[in-house]
Amino acid sequence: MKKEMICINCPKGCSLLVEEKNGSYIVTGNTCPKGKEYALSELLHPMRIITSTVTLLNGSQNRVPVKTDKPVAKEKIFEIMPKIYALHVSPPVSIGDILMENIDGQNANLIATQNVKVK
Amino acid sequence: MRPKHKDLVVIGGGPAGLAAALAAKKAGVEDILILERDEKLGGILNQCIHNGFGLHTFHEELTGPEYASRYIDQVLEEKIEYQLESMVLDIDEAKNITVLSPVHGLEKIQAKAIVLAMGCRERPRGALNIPGSRPAGIYSAGTAQHMVNIEGYLPGKKVVILGSGDIGLIMARRMSLEGASVLAVAELMPYSAGLQRNIVQCLQDYNIPLYTSTTVVDIEGKERVQSVTLAKVDENLQPIAGTEQEIECDTLLLSCGLIPENELSRKAGLKLSPASKGAEVDENLQTSIPGIFACGNVLHVHDLVDYVSSESAKAGQSAAAYIQNPAEQVQEGVSIETKGLVSYVVPEKIHTKDLKEDVLLRFRIKKPIDDGCFILECDGKQVLKLARPKLLPANMQELKVKKELLQNAQSIRLYAGKKEEA
Repeated sequence: MKKEMICINCPKGCSLLVEEKNGSYIVTGNTCPKGKEYALSELLHPMRIITSTVTLLNGSQNRVPVKTDKPVAKEKIFEIMPKIYALHVSPPVSIGDILMENIDGQNANLIATQNVKVK
Repeated sequence: MRPKHKDLVVIGGGPAGLAAALAAKKAGVEDILILERDEKLGGILNQCIHNGFGLHTFHEELTGPEYASRYIDQVLEEKIEYQLESMVLDIDEAKNITVLSPVHGLEKIQAKAIVLAMGCRERPRGALNIPGSRPAGIYSAGTAQHMVNIEGYLPGKKVVILGSGDIGLIMARRMSLEGASVLAVAELMPYSAGLQRNIVQCLQDYNIPLYTSTTVVDIEGKERVQSVTLAKVDENLQPIAGTEQEIECDTLLLSCGLIPENELSRKAGLKLSPASKGAEVDENLQTSIPGIFACGNVLHVHDLVDYVSSESAKAGQSAAAYIQNPAEQVQEGVSIETKGLVSYVVPEKIHTKDLKEDVLLRFRIKKPIDDGCFILECDGKQVLKLARPKLLPANMQELKVKKELLQNAQSIRLYAGKKEEA
């Protein structure tokens, strides 16, 4: 089995090739160790970090940007999004605040990515 | 009106302005003012909530607001003065700045040095000559990004995107995540203008088709967009009859390029470069007016904020050096001649006499090159040649040139192209 892919770890976007030989995988085309890690994960179980926003109540702005602090299973993204839509938070919010723990059982937390003071 | 006096005024509180102000402060300038027209510092990063920023600068992957806060925190720590909701209306060549704000009204500020860090703007529909009616539902990708990420509104539910610049790709994913269906991304050129990683993680992940060599030839709808017609284009970028495809949708997003915002630079009478669409600068990022420096997207459009930050720090250091030792007489520099597929280079000119530091050339190429190379010639002699297996216009290129190679050169020439044609 052979699979070509483009690494999404950094803007370089290396073209990777993963080949299975006798039960082990060989990655070529990567220019750093992250590329190898990505190629294997992408082949076996693609993962993504989700970034979005949640509603801010009584704040100086309408939304607070958020992200998952670890990548989550790609196929679960549309299961996780409604949980993010439903979330409302109040200021103050600081970068890194955990807004939802272990989101959808994915072993990742939803954290704030902007500081918002009380109005 | 009695003018205020400042050693350094930085126009723009986005990533470029913040990095320039911090570097100037570290280089010993105390009296700094950042003028920002928005309600907060951080510039466009505030609406770029996706990750992928900071790999070079902080060796970790941050979102836009997180990247901005790293700099904002330092600006606060260093107690650098900044003024929000402050719109600069005018700059003149004597470095008088006219600024309007709700708190101070109309003010004049006399600066010893100015750093221009106003960023860039999106190319609007009016500049694209798209035929069809003019209903609601047509937005630039950045406007849509502001609506979704800052205001919290979804601008439409069935979306077609024209242009495959990074903001368009990022918005394709963002709109999909928020429940819209993105039906197509059309790109006029035979290749995408966006980063490869964004084609993967923003289009392929969401099964959004990318049609290259394709453009919008009609927009239908009276009150609201009802459909958009796409057509293939030939090698002269002209639509091919018979290839039309009508797509029912309610929204068209435009991601068709960014243009440095040089309205103020023009007012100041700076020399602009038609190639980069920014000010013409030397190796210190000084413009044609001594004491005025430019950096970030107002100088040329970058694809990575990390490069904006490092370039802007250089502008801040140069501004500090100028304030500490002003030289009104600027010696003539040597212009860099571009050859082959180089579309522009920054800096445009280098003072090759008594060059004190190595020079970093930043440039773009006009079209994809396989098996390419860069060649630098000084006084007709090849001083540097670097092979590059794969080059894309979406990636800004960098070439670090040792000062010894450029010292006292009378002519400099930069080539990019196929290795065999060099």
